[in-house]
Amino acid sequence: MQNKILAILLIGLALCQPYFLYGSPEKVTKEIEIGEHAYDAPKEIIHHISDANEFHIIGELSMPLPCILYNSDNGKISVFLSSRFHHGELAIDGYVLDHGRVKMIQSADFPEGEVPIALQHEEIHGEEIAFIEMDGKRYKVERAGFMDFSISKVVFGLFMAALLMFLIFLTVAKGYKKREGQAPKGIQSFMEPLIIFVRDDIAKPNIGEKYEKYLPYLMSIFFFIWFNNMLGLVPFFPFGANTTGNLMVTLTLAVFTLLITNLSANKAYWQHIFWMPGVPVPVKILLAPIELIAVFTKPFALMVRLFANISAGHIIILSLISLIFIFGDAGQNLGGGIAGITIAVPFVLFMNLLELLVAFLQAFIFTILSALFIGQAVEEHH
Amino acid sequence: MIGAGLGIGMIGQKAMEAIARQPEATNDIRTNMIIVAALVEGVALFAVVVALLTA
Repeated sequence: MQNKILAILLIGLALCQPYFLYGSPEKVTKEIEIGEHAYDAPKEIIHHISDANEFHIIGELSMPLPCILYNSDNGKISVFLSSRFHHGELAIDGYVLDHGRVKMIQSADFPEGEVPIALQHEEIHGEEIAFIEMDGKRYKVERAGFMDFSISKVVFGLFMAALLMFLIFLTVAKGYKKREGQAPKGIQSFMEPLIIFVRDDIAKPNIGEKYEKYLPYLMSIFFFIWFNNMLGLVPFFPFGANTTGNLMVTLTLAVFTLLITNLSANKAYWQHIFWMPGVPVPVKILLAPIELIAVFTKPFALMVRLFANISAGHIIILSLISLIFIFGDAGQNLGGGIAGITIAVPFVLFMNLLELLVAFLQAFIFTILSALFIGQAVEEHH
Repeated sequence: MIGAGLGIGMIGQKAMEAIARQPEATNDIRTNMIIVAALVEGVALFAVVVALLTA
């Protein structure tokens, strides 16, 4: 029995190795001779961490994502698939695709519709600036002047996590209804300990008697954050979008906690903030602004904690993988590449396992601190 | 960052001592240790975020 488990584990480990990196360096060398791009590790890492308007699958293949853009100057809403950009060869209604992100031409008199362009970059003071030269005029291209409501890579990743949650929890709910009073079967039996864990160890001890009202929220954020963290670690399409490592996503989750805490707070909570009972008056006046700021810093800390933990983990894993490319001179040096692989792959394996732990831990911490704040808000006076 | 490392180390030290004194309370101690460690780690990660933002 144990030998079988060991065999399965080893085969699984062997299957997880990035064999495509062992491959022939000729194609990559040709690319480099034509483009003369050395492997720029920080740029590649930041590119993998950040959001994009197309989902890169492998090599040259990427899935275009719909762009929903609102031009704040002339109030025009443009909706189209990012494949219309033809990988940055066309400008559409003043928008261009620069390194996978939609940017706008900062000039009102650029022709509308589809216009073939040649996007160029130059470095000024260490910062890369994109511009277009057409008819002798130079147009600046920046990510400003418009509102981007597109289904970007991160939004797509959030949808995937939501889809996974729907699939799992609708099955579980259906199972409970079908097997009322009986023992759980199938995926119910996998989810039940986790659900009971959230109810008995996170919600009940921290919130007290009124915990049932807040269970839907706590369950939702626990599993949503956990699934998003885990899916962000999967290296292939359609997963692997760095969702919880995006400040805006964690901001939204923290705002939910902020709203739910403060909208369900009772008089004792607000009294504790503005007029702390049981202390002399000067201390009361001193404490009021501090407590008021604390109302906002606590969800802010939730936001930064989740963001920093997840994105730091992703950056470390990507840096170790980049080591392979750096050692192999981006494909030109096969011996260096193999040396890179033997050094990097064990570390990457270790970091991925650590990240699995961090995925669960950060979801747990976010949920238990949210429960703590809600508990403080609905607590009755002793 | 160093402070966070020291801080989490101290939390772990005290948690170990507490578990040694009363092994029945291991679960409660462990839960509280994880929560406090996450709070201390949060401070360290604020520093990381600021460092990443300014470079």
